[in-house]
Amino acid sequence: MTLDVQRIREDFPILKRQVYGKPLVYLDNAATSQKPRQVIDALVSYYENYNSNIHRAVHCLGEEATAAYEEARAKVAAFINAPSPEFIVFTRNTTEAINLVAYTWGHANITARDEILLTQMEHHSNLIPWQRLAAEKGATIRYIGLTDQQTLDLADLANLFQSNTKMIAMPHASNSMGTINPIEEIAREARRRGVMFLVDGAQGAPHLKVDVQAINCDFYAFSSHKMLGPTGVGVLYGRRELLEEMEPFLGGGEMIRKVTFEGASWNDLPWKFEAGTPNIADVIAFGAAIDYLSELGMDNVRAHEIEITEYALDRLGQMDDIILYGPSSSTARGGVVSFNYGDLHPHDVGTILDRHGVAIRAGHHCTQPLMRTLGVSGTARASFYVYNTRDEVDVLVEALEAARDFFGK
Amino acid sequence: MTPSNDEYARQEAELDDLYRDIILDHYRHPRHRGSLRSPTSRHEGLNPLCGDEVTVELVVKDGRIDEVAYNGSGCSISQSSASMMTEAIEGKSVDEVNELSNAFTSMMRGSDDVDPEILGDLEALAGVRKFPVRVKCATLAWHTLNEALEQIEPTP
Repeated sequence: MTLDVQRIREDFPILKRQVYGKPLVYLDNAATSQKPRQVIDALVSYYENYNSNIHRAVHCLGEEATAAYEEARAKVAAFINAPSPEFIVFTRNTTEAINLVAYTWGHANITARDEILLTQMEHHSNLIPWQRLAAEKGATIRYIGLTDQQTLDLADLANLFQSNTKMIAMPHASNSMGTINPIEEIAREARRRGVMFLVDGAQGAPHLKVDVQAINCDFYAFSSHKMLGPTGVGVLYGRRELLEEMEPFLGGGEMIRKVTFEGASWNDLPWKFEAGTPNIADVIAFGAAIDYLSELGMDNVRAHEIEITEYALDRLGQMDDIILYGPSSSTARGGVVSFNYGDLHPHDVGTILDRHGVAIRAGHHCTQPLMRTLGVSGTARASFYVYNTRDEVDVLVEALEAARDFFGK
Repeated sequence: MTPSNDEYARQEAELDDLYRDIILDHYRHPRHRGSLRSPTSRHEGLNPLCGDEVTVELVVKDGRIDEVAYNGSGCSISQSSASMMTEAIEGKSVDEVNELSNAFTSMMRGSDDVDPEILGDLEALAGVRKFPVRVKCATLAWHTLNEALEQIEPTP
């Protein structure tokens, strides 16, 4: 079954607006997605009907809010097939989820003798926390290189780890090139060698069916706002043993069991990691986004993205002077198409496209080391989601031709 | 809330303001692009948000910009602005260059009190102000120049 994209588009109020007199063509979904009416309604309904603090209130509103907040957690757990909602920690975003692991598990376990293994395609969010940790502990970081198809160079998978490799972290899919990484294989190897494995799922969970038990990773982090939900909510999934042994990240209310002037003991999972009043409204609305995606079916979401990415790769590939990045096969990549056009700078391309109503991302995509590896200062990036159409890809191509004419005149 | 035809015309005009002919001319035919054999000062400027890079090299002799060159990579605005800057400052005294730099920066910050006589061709970059995220592209070369000038010992 494919998606009924026209019906889906009706759910997204923003898609009706115009930009500079042209219909909005929103192709910046890897940065953040748009939100359906159902998610916006959930936010409004919370504030209009049962706005209240959670977990401690002894009144009706508090009970309703607590139930809705914890129901959202259960939806997230089911969405990624976590064994229990206890292993779902809400954070602000993917970045905070990764920092939580680096600051708690990392601080307790990484020493000067250890190696942390990352890839050359890291987003800064899965790079800086580990660089800071390594600098503090005197640990080493090594990076898995890329093939000429911009996939991870895993030719020697069995010897990927050294005897001192303690942690490996990588994106489920690259935000800059779309490359999907074989995280199940990596997880198998990591488990065999007793290496901790964190997946940066910011570009995974919104687009691919995720089953954390089948992947068998130790941590999986992702963000609500890239998957139809509000900004300000991230998720950290972690294995029970790890979350139990880890110290809290932030201290304050909510995360404690008993507090005296001498000290404190910690709350149960997952609240041990959720200090202070959490982002109640946005978590509840994130639950509505999960419902929306679940109803579409992640297999259908993926099939639609493959189809539109294939079409985009085909149309762009036929243009002169286009350089495409990432794997050539649409099934080896997510709905991200990164390119450069002749010697035009991505920002100049982006400005002209904007005037045609086409929103893309231009620049280094928070992957500066990767851009240096590719030998470019940046790329232009179109990224697709459930509401994008082939017609919109056609508008992108027309706008690119206009950009060429503009700078070539 | 559909914009009128006048509105469309205004938007087209804004795009033409951003990419004025003189700016595109410097983009296609950069002036003083390269490096100097023995510069008296040199600074590398970086705009971390965009990744624009501009390196400015100077030979300052008797308080004047005797030679100037720039190099770098980035969008048309950042590179054109650098090229236009080199033309504007060559042969001028350091004091004149500081005055020009202040005038240019004020213009890019939105001031309308800047004397167009002082700015000359640089006034073409005023259209960039309508694209706030691109203002840093236009000012990068001038910030880099200021850093390079600060390395110079003041002449007694």
